[in-house]
Amino acid sequence: MRAASQILTESFLEVRAKLLEVAATLDRIDRSGEAGESLPPEAQEQREQIDAAIEIVLSQGADRAERLQKLFSRQYESDWRQQMDL
Amino acid sequence: MDYIDPHIHMVSRTTDDYATLARMGCVGMSEPAFWAGFDRRSVDGFRDYFHQLTDVEPKRAAQFGIQHFTWLCINAKEAENVSLSRDVIAMIPEFIECPNVLGIGEIGLNKNTKNEATVFLEHLELAIKYDQQILIHTPHLADKYQGTRMILDMLCDDSRIDPSRVLVDHVEEHTIAEVLDRGFWAGMTLYPVTKCTPDRAADMIETYGSERLLANSAGDWGPSKPTAIPDLIFEMRRRESDESLTRKVVYENPIKFFSQSKNFSFKPRDGAPKSGD
Repeated sequence: MRAASQILTESFLEVRAKLLEVAATLDRIDRSGEAGESLPPEAQEQREQIDAAIEIVLSQGADRAERLQKLFSRQYESDWRQQMDL
Repeated sequence: MDYIDPHIHMVSRTTDDYATLARMGCVGMSEPAFWAGFDRRSVDGFRDYFHQLTDVEPKRAAQFGIQHFTWLCINAKEAENVSLSRDVIAMIPEFIECPNVLGIGEIGLNKNTKNEATVFLEHLELAIKYDQQILIHTPHLADKYQGTRMILDMLCDDSRIDPSRVLVDHVEEHTIAEVLDRGFWAGMTLYPVTKCTPDRAADMIETYGSERLLANSAGDWGPSKPTAIPDLIFEMRRRESDESLTRKVVYENPIKFFSQSKNFSFKPRDGAPKSGD
């Protein structure tokens, strides 16, 4: 496996570009909000999910991708068979 | 590097794509039955489709030195129509002895509904009755985690199912561990929009190792890239990974998994051993 410093150096510009895209998208949403448009409930939920995702990205641990995936997932309920009467 | 794409929908690709894949090292492929971009209206629509999978595509692939195998089912997206699904399941045995048929697939869930689960369970009965291997489709995006867990519940609840003969496809970071831990094979689908990128697939190989792990391109009607496996090979090389590790994922593992089907008669291009055993 490559050294952490090598991965960082090779990925830096790509990560920088992706972060800029996220920042610019959030700016766009906020500018629209300043114009008086409030988010409907479903969109507000999506906006909160994005905030939660950013917190995961900022957190420590080598499982950020897995935690992001679970954040954006419907919940599993072990009694699904009973719920579906199946 | 010779490679096998274990999940690619060539009915949606041009002949030029076959030529490109051959030039990039593709020597074999398996094509699960899936959604055709529209809901088919009758069992005869599926009968024609299965003819395409068992007769037309193998000939198209052979023109470029690619060996073509297939899997039969009615996919989860159309399984919401239970009546049509049952007609299709009843018709599948007409094709099950065709020489390129490896098993039943890609069966699974799409929106995780009761009808989809019902049809999934009836496909399992068909596979068990005819001693067929199984290839599983797991849902995408927000439905993937829940749907994958439901599918694993149904598979593990049936003691007649041998996990080593089942491939669970479209795994991602939040589903791969459970699939492998329960003894199934896992397939990473490389896709430009949903699913997984070559970089993230390489991450999962680094994290989980190569045992029972495959990679595929899907190559379907959506914005997919049929040459995604060469992209993964390139990414693994860029990371200076051992060539034998990459070769195991993209060539030896598909052969090892498919070899459990009596119809898998793969002939290696270079006379190399059939599997990495």
